[in-house]
Amino acid sequence: MIEIKNLHKSYKMGSNTLHVLKGINFSVEEGELVAIMGSSGSGKSTLLNILGMLDELDEGSYNLDGVPIKNLNETKAAQYRNKFLGFVFQSFNLINYKNALENVALPLYYQKVGRKERQEKALKYLEQVGLKEWATHLPSELSGGQKQRVAIARAMAAEPKVLLADEPTGALDSKTSYEVMDLIQKINDAGNTILVVTHEPDIAHMCKRIVHLKDGVIVEDKKVKQVRASQYV
Amino acid sequence: MFSRDNWQEIFETIQKNKLRTFLSGFTVAIGIFIFVVLFGFGNGLTNTFNKFFGDDATNVIFVSPGQTSVPYKGYKANRIIEFDNSDLKDIEKNFAMFIDYTTPRLSRSGLVKYNNESNNYPNRGVGPAHQYNEKTIMMFGRYINQNDIKEKAKVAVIGRLVAQDLFKDKNPMGEFIDIGGSSFKVVGVFQDEGGDNEERVIYIPYTTRQLIDKNTDKLNQIIIGFKPEIGYAGSIAFQNSLKKYLQSKKNVSPKDEKGISFRNIGDGLNRNQQLAVVLKLIVSLVALGTIIAGIIGISNIMVFVVKERTKELGVRKALGATPKSVISTILLESIFITTVSGFIGMIIGIAVLNSLGESLEKYFITDPYIDTGVAVFATILLIVCGGIAGYIPAKRAARIKPIVALRDE
Repeated sequence: MIEIKNLHKSYKMGSNTLHVLKGINFSVEEGELVAIMGSSGSGKSTLLNILGMLDELDEGSYNLDGVPIKNLNETKAAQYRNKFLGFVFQSFNLINYKNALENVALPLYYQKVGRKERQEKALKYLEQVGLKEWATHLPSELSGGQKQRVAIARAMAAEPKVLLADEPTGALDSKTSYEVMDLIQKINDAGNTILVVTHEPDIAHMCKRIVHLKDGVIVEDKKVKQVRASQYV
Repeated sequence: MFSRDNWQEIFETIQKNKLRTFLSGFTVAIGIFIFVVLFGFGNGLTNTFNKFFGDDATNVIFVSPGQTSVPYKGYKANRIIEFDNSDLKDIEKNFAMFIDYTTPRLSRSGLVKYNNESNNYPNRGVGPAHQYNEKTIMMFGRYINQNDIKEKAKVAVIGRLVAQDLFKDKNPMGEFIDIGGSSFKVVGVFQDEGGDNEERVIYIPYTTRQLIDKNTDKLNQIIIGFKPEIGYAGSIAFQNSLKKYLQSKKNVSPKDEKGISFRNIGDGLNRNQQLAVVLKLIVSLVALGTIIAGIIGISNIMVFVVKERTKELGVRKALGATPKSVISTILLESIFITTVSGFIGMIIGIAVLNSLGESLEKYFITDPYIDTGVAVFATILLIVCGGIAGYIPAKRAARIKPIVALRDE
C-alpha cells in the first residue's frame, strides 16, 4: 500500500539546514495498523506529513497504492489527498461553524458527491462512531472525545485507502483515548490501513506494528501483539 | 463553479458567519450609499444653479445707452447717448445674419389703478419678441403683438401677481387699468419662472409708450436675441462688431465702455455654469473618495477574512479542496455579499434622494438625483474591486501548504 525508499527531508532554518529525515525505508501493507513512535524532534510528524502529501520530500521515492507521489502540483495533491487519504489531527480541526454532520460531509463535497447522498453517507459514518444523535450539534457543543470521533468519521467518509492519525489521543484523557483507539481498532478490523503517530507507548501497543523513529532514522520496526482497547473502555 | 451545491455551501458559510457578512456588507452598502447621496447632491446643486440662472433665454444681448466718459470727435465727455427707432432698424438691417429677433424695452415705473386697488408696478414698453428673451409664459389671453405696435394700441399684459393684487379673484381679461394716468385694456396675464418680481411687471407696446412720452422715437434699451447656432464664441464676435458699429454711429470713443454698454446673458451663464461644474467636480471627487474608501474597506475585510479562515482553509485543503475551489469559495462569497449589499446601498441611496426632493432647497440642493447608470457603474466598480481585493489574499491562502495552515494554532 505504502512504499517508501530512501526518504530524505530537510528544513532550512535561516542559514542552517535541519536534516529531519535521513533515509527512511518503510512499507505498509493493506490492512495494517502501524504506530509511528518517537520523541519530539525524531521526525515522526514530518514523516506523516510527507505520507499525507501535506509536505514534499527532498529525496527518495514514495508510492501510494502503486501511484508515485512526486512533484505534484497543488490541485493534483488535493485530488490525491481526497481520494487516498483520511486525516485525523491532534487538535481535531473541525470547522467550528459547521455541525457534526456537515463536517463529516465536507470531504464528500470535494468529491463532488450530490448533496442528498452526502448527507446519507455522513450520517452513516456518524452512526458508526456512535454520534448519530449529535449530528446537528456544533463542535463547540461536543466533548473532546466526541470531536475526535467526528473527525474520524470525517476521515472515513471519503473512504480513503489510508487513514493517517497524528497524535489522535494527544488532547484527550486516557479514558477517551482508549475509546478513540477502540474505534480506530474497529475501523482497522474492517480492513482499513491506518497509521498512527504517537509518543504514548500504551497507545502504540494497541496497534499491530510499531515503527520507532530516532533522529530521522528508523531504529526499530517490530510486529507486536495487539492490546485491545475495548478491555479498558 | 456555479453549481447549486457550490452556492449552498457559500450560503451556509454566509449564514453562519453573520458578523463577518455584516461587516463586509455594511462597508460596501455605506460606501455606495454615500456615493449615491453625494453624487445626487452634486446634481442637486447644478439644478439649483440652472434654476437660478436659467429662467431667461441665454442667447440674448442687452444694449443700453449711457453717458460718455471720454471726449471724442469734438464731443465732450458726459454726453448722454440715446437710441431711437432708426438704430433698431439699422441693427436689424446690418446684422440680419446673426439676429433671431430684436425688441426695445422702455422701462418705467408708476402707479397702476383698478377700481379702488392701486399699487406701484414697473411697466415695460416692449415689442412682441420680448416674450422670447424673458421666456414669458401666457396664462390667459395673448402677448403684445405686431398689430398693437403698429396701432400704438393701449393694451397691457399683466403679471400673475399684478392680477392677483388688483383683481383678487376677478377675471382681469378685458378690464381697463390705469397706468400713469392712461387707461389700458388688459389683454393677457402671464407667469414667469424668474420669481415674484418678474410677475409684478406690466408689458405695453413700446410704440404706445413712445406716444405717451410726447410722441418721441426714443428707445431705452435694445434687446437682441442672436441665433443660438452661432454659439457663445460667435455671440462674443457678434457683440464686438455690433459695439464697433454702434460706437461709430453714435460717435462714441472705442475706448469708452460707458457710452454704450453691452450685457451678454450667455456671459454670466457661462461663468455660473463653470462654477456649477467646479462644484459638481468637487462633490464628485468626494464621492469618488468614498468609493475608494469603500474599496479599501472591503479589501481590509477580505484580508482579515482570509487570515481568520486560514486554518479552516488548511483543513479544507487537507480534505481535498483544490486551490481553485478555495479561491472560488472566498471570491464567490465576497462577490455575493458585495453585490447584494452594494445594490441595497444603491437602492436606499436613490430612495433617499427621491424622498428629499425640494426639502433641501434652502441649502441650494434642488431635486437631487443620480443617473441609474452612474449608480450601477459605481456599484459594479466596487464589486469588481472587492473581488480583486479578495482574489489576492484568496490566492495566497490557496497556495499555503495545509500543513502550515494547520500548524497555525
